[in-house]
Parts: sequence; structure tokens; C-alpha cells
Amino acid sequence: MAETSKPKSFQEIILRLQSYWAAQGCAIMQPYDMEVGAGTFHPATTLRSLGSNPWAAAYVQPSRRPTDGRYGENPNRLQHYYQYQVLIKPSPPDLQELYLGSLAAIGIDMEMHDIRFVEDDWESPTLGAWGLGWEVWCDGMEVSQFTYFQQVGGHDCHPVSGELTYGLERLAMYVLGIDHVMDMPYNDPQAPIALSYGDVFRQTEEEYSRWNFDVANTEVLLRHFEEAEAECEAILAQDTVDPKTGKRIVMAHPAYDQCIKASHMFNLLDARGVISVTERQAYIGRVRTLAKKCADAFVTTRAGGWTEETAA
Amino acid sequence: MPDLLIELFSEEIPARMQADAAEALKKRVTDGLVEAGLTYAGAQAFHTPRRLTLALEGLLAESPTTREERRGPRTDAPEKAVEGFLRGAGLTRDQLTEREEKKGTFFFAVIEKQGRPAAEIVAEVLETTIRTFPWPKSMRWGTGTLRWVRPLHSILCLMTTEAGSEVVPLDIDGITAGDSTRGHRFMAPARFSVTGFEDYAAKLKRAHVVLDAAERADHIWNDATNAAFAAGLEVVEDRGLLSEVAGLVEWPVVLMGEIGADFLDLPPEVLQTSMKEHQKFFSVKNPSTGRIERFVTVANRETADNGATVLAGNRKVLAARLSDAKFFWENDLRVARAEKMQPWLDQLENVTFHAKLGSQADRIRRIAALAREIAPHVGADPDMAAQAARVAKADLSSEMVYEFPELQGLMGRYYSEAAGLAPEIAAACEEHYSPLGPSDDVPEAPVSVAVALADKLDTLTGFWAIDEKPTGSKDPYALRRAALGVIRLVQNNALRLHLGNLIDKQNVRRETALPPIDETALADHFRIVKASHDLTEADNKAIADRIADAPSEQESKITDDSVDIRADLLAFLHDRLKVHLRDAGIRHDVIDACLAMPGNDDLTLLVKRAEALSAFLATSDGENLVQGYKRANNILTQAEQKDGVAYEFGADRKFAETDEERALFDALETARPQIDAAVEAEDFSAAMTAMAALRAPIDAFFEAVQVNADNQVVRRNRLNMLHTIRETCLKAADLTKLEG
Repeated sequence: MAETSKPKSFQEIILRLQSYWAAQGCAIMQPYDMEVGAGTFHPATTLRSLGSNPWAAAYVQPSRRPTDGRYGENPNRLQHYYQYQVLIKPSPPDLQELYLGSLAAIGIDMEMHDIRFVEDDWESPTLGAWGLGWEVWCDGMEVSQFTYFQQVGGHDCHPVSGELTYGLERLAMYVLGIDHVMDMPYNDPQAPIALSYGDVFRQTEEEYSRWNFDVANTEVLLRHFEEAEAECEAILAQDTVDPKTGKRIVMAHPAYDQCIKASHMFNLLDARGVISVTERQAYIGRVRTLAKKCADAFVTTRAGGWTEETAA
Repeated sequence: MPDLLIELFSEEIPARMQADAAEALKKRVTDGLVEAGLTYAGAQAFHTPRRLTLALEGLLAESPTTREERRGPRTDAPEKAVEGFLRGAGLTRDQLTEREEKKGTFFFAVIEKQGRPAAEIVAEVLETTIRTFPWPKSMRWGTGTLRWVRPLHSILCLMTTEAGSEVVPLDIDGITAGDSTRGHRFMAPARFSVTGFEDYAAKLKRAHVVLDAAERADHIWNDATNAAFAAGLEVVEDRGLLSEVAGLVEWPVVLMGEIGADFLDLPPEVLQTSMKEHQKFFSVKNPSTGRIERFVTVANRETADNGATVLAGNRKVLAARLSDAKFFWENDLRVARAEKMQPWLDQLENVTFHAKLGSQADRIRRIAALAREIAPHVGADPDMAAQAARVAKADLSSEMVYEFPELQGLMGRYYSEAAGLAPEIAAACEEHYSPLGPSDDVPEAPVSVAVALADKLDTLTGFWAIDEKPTGSKDPYALRRAALGVIRLVQNNALRLHLGNLIDKQNVRRETALPPIDETALADHFRIVKASHDLTEADNKAIADRIADAPSEQESKITDDSVDIRADLLAFLHDRLKVHLRDAGIRHDVIDACLAMPGNDDLTLLVKRAEALSAFLATSDGENLVQGYKRANNILTQAEQKDGVAYEFGADRKFAETDEERALFDALETARPQIDAAVEAEDFSAAMTAMAALRAPIDAFFEAVQVNADNQVVRRNRLNMLHTIRETCLKAADLTKLEG
């Protein structure tokens, strides 16, 4: 296969995934403009996996996991990293083959590597979501998550979406044969100004690690959490008919933004080490309640499959 | 007679579910066939990551035609009864016959079931099996509603006779049964047709699929041990891992690699846990040093470079994992050596154990106080026990335990050693979580025992106080396990402790340390509990610090709460003890008889008593004495109720009329001091032996004497005598509670 030529840089791998999934008919979307813990939080996945309308999207999502910060020193761990996310509804029967095709597209030679589908049931307690699937291993390394969504925001998924999530740094390091993430070529190493991943991100990893672990003001974070929670509820409590335009406008997305915000505040509080095991459950429960309400709202929008006829 | 081959081909089935699923397929299909009248000669089930396979030999080609005659209602029965009979038989009235029998004329129906071809039955049974398959977790996919463990792609269902093979017609939600399957996902993905089981197994092997899981596991184990042996090493045996790995591959290829030299100094448990949990690698150790030096991984394919790329990739992944572990280990060691784990303990101040039970640090302070108190009873130094309790959970803040929670305790031991603490303390860090299950080892080292017991009692007391007790199958805080832990710690070490007292004091400690919700209520509580227990200096001071003027209406409620917690928790411990002793062959009513005695919160005493009573009841003296006691007790109780008098004045020998009465007087006089002395010495066997001597005189007494004599003086005297019997028999256990 011609496309198995080795990519040269992190960005080339992303570009190849973009063109591969574009060729498979996915809408190539852009990252969501909020801080999220994983690509799943993007409304293009969370909300669009609900309802009966078909959907096919792929995108890069910057993701933040404050507890994983290592000041840029650890070869694999980052508090800010990229996920590549694909969501297709209904899940096509050849999704595994399509997925394997994407690995070939980024230069993984199936004849030389050991690819395995290892059980990994996915559950997001914060999103009230779960699905069954695998983590995909390439020579013992987890390169992707593969999930058939069964429930999101407390709603059964009909039809079922197939979700693929690639941890881009890890995957790229593997494909490029790099041992330390900071040494990975970000652009073409032959470019006039060749940049490594470290050139781009070492500074921010250091700064955010310090802030996440030791400086972030927990009282402020807690207040933000509570404000986001209140705002989410307030948005959803609005009348479905907008008094100004007279149109039916359910504000599922703005409410969901507040849910995302609350979730991120919780992650930051967690990184600051001020949340105990039992409290954690309570916080997760609060975010889940928001996520469920947003899901309830989304399925009453047109994008969520609502029509005058079904409502009648 | 035809053979039947079924294969259900899907996306990858979780390794842990495969074996049960293959068995379920076999059971449900064969049960269904047999129920429909199709017997078979033999059945074999197989599983790989992508397929469940069932091969049946010697199936009947069709189910036999059966005739059954059924008798219905009498011909003069009401119309409703006849209609019901017709419905049940699936017949109409004109198909019934009448026949006269002894009891009248009855309707008779002949129900004939026509034999059906096997294929028809197989199709029905397989469809039902697939639609109701007992997967632990199943899913839908695409737009369909069918559930399977992962998307089901194809069904092979083939009947084979000497004349050839034929597909059993079957369609389930658009999946049509055929005669073909696929080989290895990467090495031989093309679809191919088969003619029967042998052809199927042979073609699969050519297509790089080993159908039999046991064969895959043997292959893995042989290749792994051979590779290790050739390098002078040995594979650490792990059956669970072996069967899991055999369920992850259709074509196992064993590869052995080296662990980087940088990581060989990590504790072996860390290496093993990291490799197994994250990578599903086997550990390979050097038998002379015990060090783990290499790993074995199992790939699912052959490659042109004999696995070199695959192994290099695996090694790199492992290095990344282990460099994480090493980073944690080195950071942790620094904290342990330089700061004696203090920062970890400080951190636990900010970690809530439970919203209503305070922080982890609060909990540790309570456990330390209790461990200090328990120490003298278990032969431990109180200061050392308290210190061990203070550091036993420090490792919860360590980076290694954050990453590998299953290493909690063990890391505590390593870090305590690094901090230069006494070996007893280091051991307690590791052992204080034990025993975790009914067969787990029970700590014996005194300091470990003190901390282990204090930990569990504090957990139980705390959750009881906030009313978070286990209900039904729900036990989120593993309180049953904690209770069994207390029981086994006490029993295995023959500890003499009054748990009730410890529970009360722990309650006070909990309340004094918690920020009071209602100052005055708490103050009351302290004053009351303080009065009823001998508390330590620290407890007293804490209480004294908080006591304030308080209205008295709170008092009774809080006191009752405190008593309730103790009584209820003890009852729970006793229940768990019953379950535990049932396995040792001690009946629950025997335990009830012993629970009714004083000091039942001393579990060692309780068990000793129960064992003696259980042994006693196994003898004929024991059993008969219990009957004699019950007879005496019944007569006495009736008389007491009737007369409204308690006959407890002691009988007088001079009113005895018969030899049997006098003999009983003698026996009681001899036995009573013996029983008292034995009970005092807690020698319950001796007490019961002394009681056994009463059996013959009591039997003889009831044989010869009428208790309710006409002479009121004699009657009263005899009732008083029965009272003495009752009192004597109750000295070692409450025989009233015995059943039968």
C-alpha cells in the first residue's frame, strides 16, 4: 500500500487522519473551544450521539487532565494533550476494518505489528454514559479506544454510535519511534524552522503543572463550579419559546457548555488534592445530573431528532 | 445420523467471558434439542476471541413422532371443564372419545405429535439461544435491536451426513446462516466454506486459528517455559493470566524480552503488578536471586522479522510504564527517607474519609488511640502500636499507591523501612488490611494485630454511627468483610477483648474529634458516656474541654443512640460469627444459647463456650440432659404462671419423700460447686461434664416422682428443686435457646 510511507511529524499524522476520515465521509470538525477532559465531551459526540439523526464527524480535541501534569519531564504524561475523535451513527458494520485502515494510513504496517482488541468497557460517570468496546493495542501499547455507545446522558442510544478515540501523542510517538514526547518533531524536521513538541509545549506543561497542583485557588474553583451548575440549571429552566422571536428555542448547547465548565472545575479541584474519595462521588453525581438534563433538552431539539410530529 | 456444526462469529469477545459463553452455548442448544426430542451422541464447545463453536455428533435426523393418551373430565362434567380440557389438548370436541371406567364415563384425547426434521428444530433452538444468550453484559449496534456481546457478524450452521452437508436455514435480524467463516483477522482474513467439523478445524488451523483454548494455553506455557529455561530463568506461574492471554489470541506467538537494567531495582511486586495489570506480561525471574529480569508477552501473529518489531514495541511500552513506576518509587523514597512520610500524613488531613466521619487523618488518630488501647491485650507495646497506626495509611498519599492502588500496604512497608522505622511497624503497614477474605492469612505479629483490629473496629463503629449499614446485597463499604476480619483476628490469636467496651469508646473518640453540629448535644453526650466508661486521660481531656451547660432533654436520646450502636453492631458481629462458625459445624441455636450468657462481646470466650456446648450436645448425656432441663423448665414455668409465685427459695431435703428425690439432692449438691468452679475457670468442657452427671438422677426423678403432688408442702419443695435444676443448667449456656 502506497500510503504506508512513514509520516515525519506529529502534525503529519494528524493531517493523515483528517484526510483518511474525510475520505470515509466524515465531517471534519474543529476542536471545541472549551476546556474538556476528553474528546467525548465535544458536543459533536456527547449530544450528537443522542436521537435518531445520522451523524459522522471526526476532529482533533485538545484535552486537559490536570492530575497527569509532570512539568514536561515525564516521557509520556501531559496535562494537556490531543485526542483524535471519530463518531459515526449508526455504527457501520465494517467499523473495525475502517479503523484498521486508519492505522495503515498513518504508516503502521499490519504485517509487522501485533494489533489486538482488548476488552475495555467505557463508562463516563460524569456524562451518565456507557458503552462496550475495546482498547486497541499495537505491540502492547494502547493506541485507541473503540466504543459502541449504549447510553449517553441517561438515554438509550438508538441507533448506536461507534466512537473511536486516538491518544495522538502516544500514537505518534509510537509511529515516529520517539521515546520522549518532548523530542517528537511537531512539524517536518526538514522545515526551515523545525519545531519539536517540546518547543511548542514544554513551557506550558511546566506552568500548568505548577498552577494545577499548587497554585489554583480552590475557593475560586469551587465557586466557579457552583456558578456553572446554577447557570446550567437556569438556562434549562427557561421557557422553550423565546419571547423575543416567538420561536421554539431549547438552549441545550449553552447549558451543556456550563456542564463542561463544571466538569473541568471538578478536575482542577481534584488535581489540587482537596477532594476525597467519597466527595468525589458527590461531585461526579452533580455533573452527571447536569449532563442528563442537557441530554434531556437536546432530544427536544431538531438536531436531537425532535419534530412537531413526534412531539404531537 | 447427521452431525451439526455451529459457529457464531463476532467482533472480539472479552477473554474472561469466552469459556462460560462456550459452555452456555453447548448447554442451551443441547437442552433445547433434547427437549424437542432430538438426542445426540456427543457435544464439544470451543471458543476463540472471535468465535463460539459447537460441534454435535450423531444427532437424530428427525424427532420421533409421539402419541399420548390423556384422560379428561367425566362426560357429565360442566361445559367449562370440557372446554378447558380441549384447549389444553389443542383438539376439538369431535376428536374426543368416551370410555367407561370404574368412576364413570370419561372423555379421552389422543395427542399426536408429528416428528419434525432436525434442521427445523435446530433453527428454532439456535435462534432462541442467540436471542436469550446469558452474556454478563451485552450490547446493540448499528440500527438493530439484537443483543450480543459485541457485533455478531456471521452464523455458520451446518448439518452433515454421509450424503453431504446442508446449511440449516436461519435468519436472525438479517444475519443469514451459511457454511463459511473467516480465518485469522490479519494472517488469513478471507472467507472460506467448510463441509463439517473436521474440515472446519483443519481449515482454521491452516488459516492460523487454534480453535481449542486449552491447546493455545499449553502452547503458550510450553514456549514460555522453554524460552525462560534456555536463558537459565523461570516463568512466574500465573494461571489466571495464562487463561486470559489464551483468550486474547487465535494464533499465539510467545516472545521473551528484557526489562531495562534501570528498572531491575524496583521492588519485584511493583514490576510484576505493572507488567501484569498494564501489559498482561508474564514475569520471568532469576531463580538464584529471585529478581525479575525478563518478561514474556504473547503476540497474535507471526511476522517476517520473527516478532522483532513486536517485541521492540512491547519493550518500549514497558519501559515507559516502568519509568513512571520508577519516578514514583524514587520520589516516594525521598519523602520517606528525608521527611519520614510526614508530608503524606499532612496531606491526609485534607482527604475526607467520609463526609460524616471526618478526614483520613481524623480516622487515623482514632485508630491510633484504639490500637494503643488494644496493644496490652495482644502483647504489643502500646507506643509502638500507636505509632504503627499513625503511619500505616501514609502510603495512601504516595505516588506509587495513587498509580497502583492494589499495592497499598505493601508500599507502606517499603517506605516505613526506608524511613528507618522498626520492622514491627513496617510489617504492620502491610498487614493491617488483613485478613481481607475468609481464606486470607490472619496477622499474628502483635503490633500488626493491634492495628488491624483497631482499623476494622473503627470502620465498623463509624459507619454504624452514621447508619450506613449493609443491607441485602449492598455493602459498599465492605463492612461484612471488616466484621469477619475482626472475628478472625480475635479467634486466630485467641484474643480476650470486650468488644462492646471498645466500640463505645471508639464512638466517643469519633464524636469528640468531629466538629460538633450541636455543641450542647455533644457536650451532653460526652458527660454521659464519660460516666459509664473508664476513659483514657486524652479522652477525658477532650471531653472536659467541650462540656458546657446543657439542657437535659437531649440526654436520653443520645445515650440511647450510643447504646443502640453498640448493641446493634455486636448483633451484626454475632451474625457474622454464626455464618463463620456454621462452616465449622456449629449450629446457630448453639451459638444463640451461648450469646445469652454474660460477656458475649468476648468472642474467644463465646466460641470456647459454643465449641464445648456443641461437643456436649453430640453425646447422649448432653442431649438427654437438655430434654430433662426443658421438662423441668416447662413444669416450673407453668406452675409459676399459675401460682403467681417464683419458686426460688431452694428445696429442703427433709421434705424429700423418695430415694430418687434424695439422689437428685445429692447429685445437685455435688455438681453445683464443680460447675461453678469450672465456669469460673472458663473450662466449659469440665462444666458440661459435671452437668452430664445430673442427667441420670434427673431422668430417674421424673420417672419416679409426680411433681404436682397433692401435698402442697411436697409440691412446693419439688418446684423449688426444679428451680435449682434450671439455675444449675443455665450456668454454662442458655439451654432454653436450643431447638428440638
